[in-house]
Amino acid sequence: MATQDSFLSIKQWNILRSIGLTLFTLVVLIIFLLPLGYGVMTSLKTDSQLGTIGAPWYPASPFVFEYEGKEYDVYEVEIDGSLLELALVKKGREASEFIDPNNPEAGIIAWEGRWRQLEQAWFFDPVWENFITAWNTIDFPRLLGNTMFYAVLSTIGAVASASLVAYGFARYDFPGRSSLFMLVMATIILPPSVTLIPTYAFFHRIGWVGTWWPLIVPQFFANGYNVFLLRQFFMGIPRALDEAAMIDGAGHFRIFWSIVLPQARPALLAVTLFHFFFAWNDFFGPLIYLAGNPDSYPITVGLDGFKGLYEQMDNLIQAASLTAAFIPLLVFFFAQRVFMQGVVITGVEK
Amino acid sequence: MTFFSPSARNSTRRSGRIGKEQRRWGFAFLTPWLIGIVLFYLVPFVASFWFSLVDFNLANPEDTHYVGFRNWQRAIFEDPNVWESFSVTFAFAAISLPLGLGLALMLALLLNSKSVRGKALFRTLFYMPTMIPLVAAVFIWTGVLNEQTGWVNLILENVFGIQALGVNGLRWFANTRLIYFSLTFIGLWGVGNTMLITLAGLQSVPTDLYEASELDGAGFFQQLWYITLPMISPVLFYNIVLGVIGLMQYFLVPWVLNGGSGFPDGWTNFAGVYFFVQSFKFFNMGYGSVIAWLIFLIALILTLVLFGSARYWVYYAGGEN
Repeated sequence: MATQDSFLSIKQWNILRSIGLTLFTLVVLIIFLLPLGYGVMTSLKTDSQLGTIGAPWYPASPFVFEYEGKEYDVYEVEIDGSLLELALVKKGREASEFIDPNNPEAGIIAWEGRWRQLEQAWFFDPVWENFITAWNTIDFPRLLGNTMFYAVLSTIGAVASASLVAYGFARYDFPGRSSLFMLVMATIILPPSVTLIPTYAFFHRIGWVGTWWPLIVPQFFANGYNVFLLRQFFMGIPRALDEAAMIDGAGHFRIFWSIVLPQARPALLAVTLFHFFFAWNDFFGPLIYLAGNPDSYPITVGLDGFKGLYEQMDNLIQAASLTAAFIPLLVFFFAQRVFMQGVVITGVEK
Repeated sequence: MTFFSPSARNSTRRSGRIGKEQRRWGFAFLTPWLIGIVLFYLVPFVASFWFSLVDFNLANPEDTHYVGFRNWQRAIFEDPNVWESFSVTFAFAAISLPLGLGLALMLALLLNSKSVRGKALFRTLFYMPTMIPLVAAVFIWTGVLNEQTGWVNLILENVFGIQALGVNGLRWFANTRLIYFSLTFIGLWGVGNTMLITLAGLQSVPTDLYEASELDGAGFFQQLWYITLPMISPVLFYNIVLGVIGLMQYFLVPWVLNGGSGFPDGWTNFAGVYFFVQSFKFFNMGYGSVIAWLIFLIALILTLVLFGSARYWVYYAGGEN
């Protein structure tokens, strides 16, 4: 407990502390998500705004006023202490002439000063074309299709194999079980680089480099992380139902399939989501196995190549990045509970 | 945590018919993993050591020949890039791990505090960037940290009056003093998992410990130091081990930033990057295997040191270890 001020009752103190801490959390959150704000704002800007020094931080276009068939830029001009938005109709070095767009009938307003030092007036004007341009240039539908193909197939393999293996570890008693399980744990912390080169050389030899198979096929042989998560969950499912089913004459696979798996739905869903997003965001695997075969690139590798082409066009880069993030974020908002529970199962099971 | 403490329960071996059936079905369910561990772990693991003893370039495989420990000798004694890559990896870890774990702990404490309102929403929003593909996150951060047009420098200059823009400004990706912080910031967007695991750890601390200490007049920092941190030390341990192992293979962010150029001045030539450059850019598979093995051995030593240190500072409430 913090020290209590004698002017405040405990209740008032608690309210104050609640407001203070909540505000603090909010400030941290705003700083934390600031880059996302930058990404959204930049993705909606025009090329010319990006190239203009002193342009607003939000997507905007310079205010233009049409007067007697001609277009004039609008500037922020200070006249008699108040800031007005006026259209510059005649430029002069030391004095210029303006028109008030809201009241053109009032005629020419003369102003003394250097117009080059004035700030242009802008109005909020998001352009969505960047998203369309990025979508088409990067050939997003093809990348999406490739990513989807990889994510779906490898998730099926990963979930199916891991649930079989985890069930074996959770429900059966056989010699060497605990040493084998230690081996499962060891594969989780083994740096993948130490097995990568021979694996790559092997897939190269059988002609699979350039295809998705080296990335998908190994997923059908149970990944340690998924086995660990599912085993933890299976161990928490009471055996009473299995035993009843066994007495009724159900076979081993039947018990696994119809009794235990349905009860493990939350964990299965968590593993499915984890693996799906692992595959969705995988960069290293596709980078080495699909090198030189751009037709089969997933979103991550495609996005990386896009940067090389449009180094200076930050609006397009941000639009492409946000497009790539859109589906994972969408799924996350719908399935966040399952997702966050799954993280906790892996992390702190005792 | 089962992860690091082998289960103490010793199951009694069953014998006879039931025992045989248990064995048979147990291994039957394990089949996919048993095949996988041999094909994708054991064989490649041994093979990669063999690879480290040959000169093997995938560009001209006919030239492959046995060279003994020549590759090892080159990596350890002759190639300055190897040790440079490991030392920059450690330097980066020294900055990025404490900041990453510190932020995760701070967020978890806030999300566990009675005083913070709207915790469910905060939790979702702090987790959210973890879902953004890392390649996209790198691009978003590259934009926001741009020296001239990024919001960070614009805000520092215009709101806080710090000289951030211009020639002597904050060049987040070119300045050797700033680059590790920039990389750390990008990594902080993935704080979600560590934050949730730490939060779950906090929630499992018995509340009566806090109530008792409050009666004794303990303040927030005393509670944090004497109750919270010891009670969640297994979780912190788990996070540190995974963090260290992850950093030994740190690759994606520096690669997407500069394609393995090491800019600025070799400071982003991390071990994981150098491994990739040698193995998959130059296709020196023999030499690449040596770097892979060095990564493995150093990760192993660090893990063993961490496990060895655990008994001095990790507290298992259950009495294990």
